[in-house]
Amino acid sequence: MMSSDTKTMNMIEAINSAMDVMLERDPATVVMGEDVGFFGGVFRATAGLQRKHGKTRVFDTPINECGIIGVAVGMGAYGLRPVPEIQFADYIYPGLDQLVSEAARLRYRSANDYICPMTVRTPFGGGIFGGQTHSQSPESIMTHICGVKTVIPSNPYDAKGLLIAAIEDNDPVVFLEPKRIYNGPFSGYYDRPVEPWSKHDASAVPEGYYRIDLGKAATVREGEALTILAYGTMVHVTKTIVEEMGIDAEILDLRTLLPLDIDAIEASVKKTGRCLIVHEATRTSGFGAELAALVQERCFYHLEAPVERVTGFDTPYPHSLEWAYFPGPVRIATALTKILKD
Amino acid sequence: MAETDPEMNLGRPASNLPPLSLHIPEPRYRPGDNPDFGDIEVPAVDATPRPGEATKPDAMRELCYGLVRVLDFDGHAKGQWDPKLSPERLRTMLRYMMLTRAFDDRMFRAQRQGKTSFYMKCTGEEATSVASTMAIDRADMCFPSYRQQGILIARDYPLIQMMNQIYSNRGDHLLGRQLPIMYSAPEHGFFSVSGNLATQYPQAVGWAMASASKGDSRIATVWCGEGSSAEGDFHSALTFATVYNAPVIFNVVNNQWAISSFSGFAGGERTTFAARAVGYGIAGLRIDGNDPLAVYAATQWAADRARTNNGPTLIEHFTYRSEGHSTSDDPSAYRAADEATAWPFGDPIARLRQHLEILGEWDADRHDAQARELDDLVKTTQKQSEKLGILGHGMHQPFETMFQDVFEEMPWHLKEQCAQMLAEQEAKFGPDWKPE
Repeated sequence: MMSSDTKTMNMIEAINSAMDVMLERDPATVVMGEDVGFFGGVFRATAGLQRKHGKTRVFDTPINECGIIGVAVGMGAYGLRPVPEIQFADYIYPGLDQLVSEAARLRYRSANDYICPMTVRTPFGGGIFGGQTHSQSPESIMTHICGVKTVIPSNPYDAKGLLIAAIEDNDPVVFLEPKRIYNGPFSGYYDRPVEPWSKHDASAVPEGYYRIDLGKAATVREGEALTILAYGTMVHVTKTIVEEMGIDAEILDLRTLLPLDIDAIEASVKKTGRCLIVHEATRTSGFGAELAALVQERCFYHLEAPVERVTGFDTPYPHSLEWAYFPGPVRIATALTKILKD
Repeated sequence: MAETDPEMNLGRPASNLPPLSLHIPEPRYRPGDNPDFGDIEVPAVDATPRPGEATKPDAMRELCYGLVRVLDFDGHAKGQWDPKLSPERLRTMLRYMMLTRAFDDRMFRAQRQGKTSFYMKCTGEEATSVASTMAIDRADMCFPSYRQQGILIARDYPLIQMMNQIYSNRGDHLLGRQLPIMYSAPEHGFFSVSGNLATQYPQAVGWAMASASKGDSRIATVWCGEGSSAEGDFHSALTFATVYNAPVIFNVVNNQWAISSFSGFAGGERTTFAARAVGYGIAGLRIDGNDPLAVYAATQWAADRARTNNGPTLIEHFTYRSEGHSTSDDPSAYRAADEATAWPFGDPIARLRQHLEILGEWDADRHDAQARELDDLVKTTQKQSEKLGILGHGMHQPFETMFQDVFEEMPWHLKEQCAQMLAEQEAKFGPDWKPE
């Protein structure tokens, strides 16, 4: 579905390009949020969009997440396709009632009288010294809502194609952007120099329209020794570790958590017989718990070792001890050794 | 467990400052009391000026603390706010309000007869939705709370559709998913009722912002109670409305009671609800909500304002909830029995009737005949609706509708759960069983 020349983009540029393309293609698309207008967003994701598409299409909002999401629900009922930004995923909670009780259920409760074609974009995850209010990973709160889709890209090419698909989707989508990898993939070694996206294949992004369907995982690396289920930043961290350890792991980048690509997960785990789940979010009731349950329900007789989870700890995200919290190389290597020992 | 400290001193050092005290609001009258509302200030009908629709909000703040009235208590229309409606229009308004009440009475009874789970009447508050809806354009969008059945009635929504929804029967186009009275009627400019309070407030602002951004001419109106004006959504909505000068009318129906909590628990002891507008720099009107002509006039003024890019208006409808909150509520447990009759502003239907009679455009015979006609209409429609089923007697929707419309397309996990549920039903009822 490529339609034009490619350009080297980092994730921010790819996300910006997706909104630019949709603002151009569909007059119903509107982009709004705190600092997104003239300034172009604190992470620059909307840079230049207001100047190009006008103030009524791309605009700043009050610091009020309940209002941002609530207003977007009303805009959707009018016939617009709103793309609100919540500046940090940690700030989404004041808007949660509008998301859970309104946006997510509007189609159901009105039996299709009204829909909510809204895409909430929000940066999430740690590793940037953001402390407890700029580092959280609330994806399992989103997947627990019935009626919301949850999407997490892990590279520029996917980010643009998935965001376009999310904006075109007629249901509410929470689009979680792993902010640690906005400017380059992360190895998990915070003390090594950051590699830019330009050295990564997925930074070749078509300038025009293309979409990646929601609900499809990507195989990042094929292998036989075990299956690793990851998404966002952790895709790159796990890839670094398995390559360093010389393990023939198969890594699935889930890309969409809901609806989940269960077929890809099932096929891979049945092939390898082992499954490691890696996420940065807190452990208890995290999305890894859902994945572990699904894998044992569907692949139990193919498993040669217990399903393992590598996650953040069940504490608020600490500021100074960030790298002791982060599920980095040591935690992943330990789990890999354990799951492969028999 | 630590030992209880009778002084609740909690280790604080002794102080010679006067002790602080916490104020817990308390309504003036409780069961057994004789309510007297003599101290409610009722300004003269012609005392309130009507500013031009383009007047800046800060030049008319006193309207937030006054009371816009048109009908005096003898039934005469007076003052600058008189909308001077034709007798025909007044009779239509009376008819819609009477139909709303007849509908309420019948559906309340249906709930008591076990035909549905729940009902909410709007007795005494009919003007706040009927007259308000009549004052805006048919194409304008309404975001109701749960007590605005008058909007649908004033827009000639088929009564049978309302009843089908209340019964969750085969004719319910919401497929039995929603609690009774949580209607949805896009063709009638009526947003899906949520059941969560005040969530519709920012949504109405968003709709109005969208309309303005597209150069449309339609405006949005929204309702909530004085109790739910305490919700954050209310304040989010007013913030967005003033920031973007959105073409929206905010109605706060101050019926004095939020289930058992009197308006003091929403801040009503300190100021008016219309005065919330002052802090946001938007226009505010406090009006006699039991005066259908005042409701009409105020709404028309606010609509003109919104339509000419003069911004949002907050209207406090000062009224009284004559009945319980819902069929699940018994107000005799928490408020004085005679409050509704002691309420100084009377009944909106009786007041409009009196006005029409003074004009020589209505009389007792016509009124009684119309009341009978509307009762019959509601009864006949009810029979038709009940042919399509009532709640709890047979199944009215195919089981799989439970899983439809969660998403536009059903994902695999819902398909699996749907198959599981259908297998459960088959195990329960046998393979040949079909919903009746």
